[in-house]
Amino acid sequence: MQELIVILVDGLVFSSYLFMVAVGLTVIFGVMKILNVTHGSFYAFGAYMSATLIGAYYKTDWPEFGGFLAIFAAALIVGVFFGIILERGLLRFLYHRDEHIIVLATFAMFLVLEDVLLLIWGTDPYFAFEPMSLLGSVDIVDLTFDVYSLTLIGLAAIVGLGLWLGLTKTKWGKLLLAVIFDREISQAMGINVTVVFTVTFVIGAIMGALGGAYIAPTISVSPGIGVEVIVLAFAVVVIGGMGSIPGAMIGALLVGISRAAAVHKFPEIELFVIYAIMAIVLAVRPEGLFAPAQARKI
Amino acid sequence: MNILKMGPGKAGLLATGLAAAVSFAAPANAADEVVMAVPTFLTGAGAPAFGVPARNGAEVIIEAINKGKLPAPYNNSGKGLAGRQIKAVIYDESGGGVKQVAEFRNKVQKQGVDLFVGYISSGTCAAITPVAEELKMLTIFPICGTPRIFEEINKTPKYVFRTMGHATADGVAEALYVKANMPGVKGYTGINQNYAWGQDSWRDFDLAMKQLMPSVPASDKAQWPKIFSGQYGAEISALMLSKEKLVHSSLWGGDLEAFIFQGSARGLFRKKDVLFSVADTSVYRLGKKAPFGSILGARGPYGIFAAGVDTPLNNWFRKVYIDRYSVPPVGGSYQAAQGVLAAKYAYDAAAKANGGKFPNKDQVIAALEGATYQGIAAPVHMNRSNGHQAATKHMIGVLQWDKEAGEPIMTKVTEFGPDCVMPPPGVNGTEWLKGGMKGAKC
Repeated sequence: MQELIVILVDGLVFSSYLFMVAVGLTVIFGVMKILNVTHGSFYAFGAYMSATLIGAYYKTDWPEFGGFLAIFAAALIVGVFFGIILERGLLRFLYHRDEHIIVLATFAMFLVLEDVLLLIWGTDPYFAFEPMSLLGSVDIVDLTFDVYSLTLIGLAAIVGLGLWLGLTKTKWGKLLLAVIFDREISQAMGINVTVVFTVTFVIGAIMGALGGAYIAPTISVSPGIGVEVIVLAFAVVVIGGMGSIPGAMIGALLVGISRAAAVHKFPEIELFVIYAIMAIVLAVRPEGLFAPAQARKI
Repeated sequence: MNILKMGPGKAGLLATGLAAAVSFAAPANAADEVVMAVPTFLTGAGAPAFGVPARNGAEVIIEAINKGKLPAPYNNSGKGLAGRQIKAVIYDESGGGVKQVAEFRNKVQKQGVDLFVGYISSGTCAAITPVAEELKMLTIFPICGTPRIFEEINKTPKYVFRTMGHATADGVAEALYVKANMPGVKGYTGINQNYAWGQDSWRDFDLAMKQLMPSVPASDKAQWPKIFSGQYGAEISALMLSKEKLVHSSLWGGDLEAFIFQGSARGLFRKKDVLFSVADTSVYRLGKKAPFGSILGARGPYGIFAAGVDTPLNNWFRKVYIDRYSVPPVGGSYQAAQGVLAAKYAYDAAAKANGGKFPNKDQVIAALEGATYQGIAAPVHMNRSNGHQAATKHMIGVLQWDKEAGEPIMTKVTEFGPDCVMPPPGVNGTEWLKGGMKGAKC
């Protein structure tokens, strides 16, 4: 019983991590039909900015819990800055091009931004463990867990719920859904698709940066972290269905809990599990678990 | 254009142009210099832990060699390699084996490189070995750890050398340390990255433990996280729930540091005895966040283990390194410098044997094969794999924080001789371990 509960907790924490790194990717794909490889850069810049701001904050005498604001400030700064620069400065010139060209362009930007990151922060790793230390630990079924990692579950739930409510219950969300459903008709009906695209891309970028910013206190923020994330995020999004937020959530839960079970019961296949799930889902349902069926225009 | 119909003037112009083109294709390196390619991780996850410290270590030593400023025992060896200045071509090892093989060929065939001293990743070393032999290019691996280089990939190397012990030595030294210092250990488990280095490290430690402490069982649930995964919540839970108290880990770099942060927050290092193979790369960076009380190795007598080695060469190296980079040299810094010193030793010895004339490649190789030369922290014995594989002493200890000095230090250090931890010449490491480590001189 203890092991089962631990698997569930471990699985939920890892699922939340997966959801946080994947949700921005799926939001952008859902609205703009862009597979945004630069998402890995948003994550990495979010992590570096978070580590920098947290480091600066804890050099002051300000209240300790204020350091958490640095995490969200980092995500906002990185997401808004890179979201606007990339969407307005690059992607808008490519919307009429083939989607493969856009993927290549975002991949090129990812490579450029990896070098920009090195230029700004160098190769030395950055540590920002203070928020994690601050929250301490808690025992669940006689096993110690750090509270900070558990808060990731709450954050993922808030982000998921917020995005879902925003999309289904607000005017802006309905405009977005209209654009997702049919870009041309939406434009003909007077929706400013240009603004919708920019706002969506910025939201996706903030989500990507928030993933990195929130994870930063638990890791060594060092070169290359964005590369790993984009592969994981892509796997989760493909399983859930490209562009589906509930899909990303279910995909993350499926992968996270399966992986946790593998770690505890069959650690040799931990790595295999994630991609095995992806392969099975693609074999049975190539569009992913939750992607809506696409009507073909004639 | 028909060359046969050209006049002598046009033909001369064409010949000049062709000559210029050729000189661009293979740039003429000065006759009084030796072009040394130094591939190391300058970007990506391997850069902070190994790549950049290795580059720094190589830079310090190359600069001193060129100026003739090396202390004893190299203080009377003159400037450069056998009198010729080193022209270092330092470049990024990132990108994987295929890219690096292409770059290796490019450096050899178009840029006139004379020798390579570098490569950190075991995967890259494995890919480069056959190509270096094919192109007859003197190549010194100073760091990569997989035993497979000379045990499987090329058993009779001529042009490839490795100037430090391989993973078998790490596993044997660790198991010997456990046997001597933890006689009451009842079982062991592990967390190692799921690729060549992690698998080799666990295999050799496990095989050595089976020989040295046969009654102590290994867990069947050792952990195999993906390299660079960065998230270890489930693995830490599994380790904490396991009945084994001893945990073996060859994690390195960002993975190691993330594991330490996440493990510390959950009390892992209070509950378990963790043995880290290569954690020396991170101890200075982590400062007070390092897992004090853990058992540590540095793949030999390097990094923090060399802090107390009182020789002119080591004292000079540490001082110059710290003055320049503001951090103490770690394992990779020592190992890269040791690789460059192998070239210094070999060129100088070959020139001496050649009557003072600059030696050719075969003479340099002959000088290095089977030689013993002085590394920064300890002698290096090139006496395995037909004189191409080094053996050095090994050190394992317990990490503690020195309150007075305000820095991490090693305590309870045990030193193991090269013939204790490395398989004897001509013997495969795995077979040696399975056969009871016959011939080990401990």
